Amino acid sequence: MRRIHSSEIENAVYALTKEACLGLIPSCKAALERAADEEKGESAKFALDTLLQNAEIAKQENMAVCQDTGYAVVLAEIGQDVQIEGELFADAVNAGVRRAYEDFCFRKSICDPLTRVNTADNTPAAIHTELTAGDKIRLTFLPKGFGSENMSRIYMLTPAKGTEGVIDAIVETVRLAGSKPCPPVYVGVGIGGTFDGCALLAKKALTREVGSHNPRKDVAEIEERALKKINELGIGPQGFGGQTTAIGVSCEIAPTHIAGLPVAVNIQCHCVRCAKTTI
Amino acid sequence: MKKITLPLTREAIENLTAGEGVLLSGVLLTGRDCAHKRICEYLDRGENLPFSLAGETIYYAGPCPAPEGKACGSCGPTTSARMDSFAPRLLDLGLKGMIGKGERSEEVCDAIVRNRAVYFAAIGGAGALYGNAVKKSELVAFPDLLSEAVYRFEVKDFPCVVAIDCKGGNIYKK
Repeated sequence: MRRIHSSEIENAVYALTKEACLGLIPSCKAALERAADEEKGESAKFALDTLLQNAEIAKQENMAVCQDTGYAVVLAEIGQDVQIEGELFADAVNAGVRRAYEDFCFRKSICDPLTRVNTADNTPAAIHTELTAGDKIRLTFLPKGFGSENMSRIYMLTPAKGTEGVIDAIVETVRLAGSKPCPPVYVGVGIGGTFDGCALLAKKALTREVGSHNPRKDVAEIEERALKKINELGIGPQGFGGQTTAIGVSCEIAPTHIAGLPVAVNIQCHCVRCAKTTI
Repeated sequence: MKKITLPLTREAIENLTAGEGVLLSGVLLTGRDCAHKRICEYLDRGENLPFSLAGETIYYAGPCPAPEGKACGSCGPTTSARMDSFAPRLLDLGLKGMIGKGERSEEVCDAIVRNRAVYFAAIGGAGALYGNAVKKSELVAFPDLLSEAVYRFEVKDFPCVVAIDCKGGNIYKK
């Protein structure tokens, strides 16, 4: 049994929040650079060049790369041989979020859904914990913007819809989102599981590197075929028209019920931010 | 890119065409979801707004807090479509410009043409770049809304694309 004090968790979340909100992950930046080279339309090119320039400014000036520093999503894999001492795990995570959003001038965007009164410190974080083997804690921090979250959808398809139905659901979600979620988007997809589990799979898919593929060949094929179809929609960067409507499609899969084929499509804007660490 | 001064003049608006790039400099107001709702609640009650909308440009944005030595933190545009149910009413009251990201409803497009106004698309996600282009920031109304409050910004060379012009030209409907 390994003991980890809650203050270590708080400090790790603090550092991850800072790292994630200040810059794009390198695979996202590379995808935007490629798109800027390939796009021919003047407005599309202007949009992509502006985004790359913005990433440089954020780095130089130590500013949040996007003002929507998001809902703080924390995915935690906690080794079964770890004993957490001190505060509750969730309290430690929220303390790290609270301190980082204040210290680094990140926007506090969390509010009551009905009264719209802001919690003023960007808590609570959305925390998903999973028990794993070993004596370590693996933390992934994803600041999730809501312009893109708003455009996400869940489909409860019938099994008869099969692979083609899954691809259609992904492409339809991006088509309906149009210019609203800050294209070019990164598309996280959950296939299978339950209604709730499927959505979490889609969120997890967004923590993968842009351009990575699912190890299962048939799933990787869905990723490639869906991406190709999405980029034939013509929505383009910022909806100005063009061939880059998405920079990637990332699918995660889990067993489901004999009666169903859930598909969750979680849209991420082009500002893919994510940070990971192991304690 | 064409340089445009805010507040917008009638002549400047008439000469803008959907698809062209512009650099905006001058004074604008910020306002997003909660501020729009509150503005319309004032109007429903028949009360005067704490600021005038006539001739103004509204930037759909909620900035990050300003770091020390800066006028504003990261401040890119938010999705304009969420303001669609409020925008025609504001345009009919004299609002001349809107800055945001993404397409607008038919009702908003009609109100833009009816009122000889304009909608600019800022580049969503370029928060640091736009935050840096804000030279002065002043709280105008609704401080309890925090980042959603109404601020008056003085901006310099704010890069945008004319998305919907006063003749109905629309970059999203090519």
